[in-house]
Amino acid sequence: MLGTFEYFVDQTINGLTLGSIYALIAIGYTLVYGIIGMINFAHGEIFMIGAFHALIAFLVLGLIGITWIPLAILIVLIATMVLTSIYGWTLERVAYRPLRGSPRLAALITAIGMSIFLQNYVQLLQGARNKPMQQLFSGGIELMREGDYVVTLSYLQIFIFLLTITLMTVLTLIIHRTSLGRSQRACEQDRGMAALLGVNVDRTISLTFVMGAALAAVAGLIFLMNYGVIDFYIGFLAGIKAFTAAVLGGIGSVPGAMLGGFLIGLIEAYWSGYFTVEYKDVAAFSILVLVLIFRPTGLLGSPDIEKV
Amino acid sequence: MRAALKESGLASLVMLALMALMVGVRIADVPGGLEIQWRYADVIAALVSVFFGRLGLILMREGRPMSMAVVGGVVSVVLLVLLVIAPISDAEPHWARAALPFSGYVVNVLLLIVLAALSLRAVAIMRRGPISAPSQASESVMDRISASVQEYSRYIVPFLLAAAILFPFTPLADRQMVDIAILVVTYVMLGWGLNIVVGLAGLLDLGYVAFYAVGAYAYALLATEMGLGFWLCLPFAGMMAALAGVILGFPVLRLRGDYLAIVTLGFGEMIRIILLNWYEVTNGPDGISGIPRPTFFGLPFVRSPAEGVESFHSFFGMTYAPIDRIIFLYYVILVMALITNQFTLRIRKLPVGRAWEALREDETASQSLGINPRNTKLTAFGIGAMFGGFAGSFFATRQGFISPESFTFIESAVILAIVVLGGMGSQIGVVLAAILLIGLPEIFRELQEFRMLAFGAAMVLIMIWRPRGLLAFRAPTIRLFGNGTGKR
Repeated sequence: MLGTFEYFVDQTINGLTLGSIYALIAIGYTLVYGIIGMINFAHGEIFMIGAFHALIAFLVLGLIGITWIPLAILIVLIATMVLTSIYGWTLERVAYRPLRGSPRLAALITAIGMSIFLQNYVQLLQGARNKPMQQLFSGGIELMREGDYVVTLSYLQIFIFLLTITLMTVLTLIIHRTSLGRSQRACEQDRGMAALLGVNVDRTISLTFVMGAALAAVAGLIFLMNYGVIDFYIGFLAGIKAFTAAVLGGIGSVPGAMLGGFLIGLIEAYWSGYFTVEYKDVAAFSILVLVLIFRPTGLLGSPDIEKV
Repeated sequence: MRAALKESGLASLVMLALMALMVGVRIADVPGGLEIQWRYADVIAALVSVFFGRLGLILMREGRPMSMAVVGGVVSVVLLVLLVIAPISDAEPHWARAALPFSGYVVNVLLLIVLAALSLRAVAIMRRGPISAPSQASESVMDRISASVQEYSRYIVPFLLAAAILFPFTPLADRQMVDIAILVVTYVMLGWGLNIVVGLAGLLDLGYVAFYAVGAYAYALLATEMGLGFWLCLPFAGMMAALAGVILGFPVLRLRGDYLAIVTLGFGEMIRIILLNWYEVTNGPDGISGIPRPTFFGLPFVRSPAEGVESFHSFFGMTYAPIDRIIFLYYVILVMALITNQFTLRIRKLPVGRAWEALREDETASQSLGINPRNTKLTAFGIGAMFGGFAGSFFATRQGFISPESFTFIESAVILAIVVLGGMGSQIGVVLAAILLIGLPEIFRELQEFRMLAFGAAMVLIMIWRPRGLLAFRAPTIRLFGNGTGKR
């Protein structure tokens, strides 16, 4: 079984599902790093808050009596994205904006502090135990079969892939076709010059955080639907791995973050499928180290020329 | 006025969005699934507080502090009375408790503090006119304090030292306080050790806890498997940690700044995962227990020692007291921390220390002046890790039990926070930050559940207030003219 092609396909599907989550979070890291050059360490917690928003929204809808699943998912998706992106906005406004122009280390420490704060905030409000949620829809398409071993692509996974691809397309269009995207690219190249030419830098940075948080919220929703269990601590590991993905793809590059996310997801799935589950996190971190040693700019990143 | 109302309305709208699902609804576990409980009273209370607080702030900013002073003052007094009555009143119904705006007692206290501070500020503005740029004023005050701390450090340091040495003999020092002091000094030592890497060499290390773990496990394994004593193992544990530092440091030397931070974080997590899964050696998540305690030159701190061994109290003709051992541990860590401190202060003046600081300021320039960045960085990593390893062995021997749970990322973050919040490179700053971040929360243990929340908030607030750290004042290590103590 372990050596068959079917097993490989199965792991690939798992890896791509996981990769969708990492890719959506990684985009938030890359957008923020591109525009203000800081690691938004609390981004993983935004993802966690998104997952909690999604769970609570599902429960509230269930209480109200909206049980038609497509409608429920649509409402939850919108509510989660809106509410979580306001967390992203507030995070930037309260914790990062006062520190713009301070030493980089100060921003990093603030981000770590915010991460600790948000984790404990959710733990206090919602309790420390993990929260299970039942599967919303089951079933799937049978792709191939080898004896007893059946490879299925579940409807949930199809939904996840479609959702991820749609969001990535929309994001790419925003960045390349709208005035907001133009401002973002301008700020990324030279913030001071952009401000001189009439770009509202503060607003652009705020909206960048909002976009990143909205995508992380969707990742949270996907995580909740796919794994069915969340707790207040999921943001830490997911955040680190998504950051790894962003670095792997080349930090600052949006297509790089998407590619990196899927790659990390695949590596993790193959590693747990073919080697040991215990060391799958070690695998992800080793990849990070190897990439940084041999190609510090990542796969799609542009080289960072150092001026003296 | 309309603009002010609009702004306050917006602020409460944002607050509503933040709280709508997160605070307003609580997920409760019930048999067979999850249930939700509504908590909208708290949300409404928060919205009202935010709306009026924001309005008052805007009015204060526009030079009309009257309403803030009056309303804020009256509400604070009412709140204070309610807060005092609520815990002591047993009357049914608990009218005092019901009248409090928030359901959590601590949240009400927090509201009271903020409100009282705001109204005092409003009164101050009324009496003295608007204070222009208040943040700059406080900034310069703290700058002056840190400069004078630096200047008078030759008087402050002996005083602090004497206080630290005499501390166990003061009436303050009961078992709990000495325990807290040990913890604080451990973190001071870790902070000083990390300061070599972060403060002097400018290498941002987010995985320092890995070396702490290596030291702890090295001692624990040597002691439990081979039966070696603490003092014999201590140098070895330090060497192991230094070796780990060099091995981990080697591949990441080319990286800078944030990248280095993330990779070191990854290494820290990797070591923890290995400790967690390598059952044969580390006993996995169950950890290692029965780690022997240190002895005073071979004299153990026990009531009835084994055959042929004399115990500490009988050798010195004292009666046995359990606190003796705690006090001894306190002095052990104090001496270890002081050695770290002296080592750092002295190595700064050696060529390698100068090279660290040169690398921190400008890597390219120092490379062109003939400093080998690889070896220089590796020494910083190794020496920093060595002190982490010493502290780790101490931790193992104090606890008597270690497991991977003690070496999570949060520990690294705490140690780094101590270094940065104290003011990078400032040795007294580390002490101050360790007391603030470790000591204070330990004393307020009753507020256990809010401890880490407050810790995170404190990190953010201190950084916003003082982005360069509390005591950020860096005297030049070397001057071209003069002996370094004279003023120009």
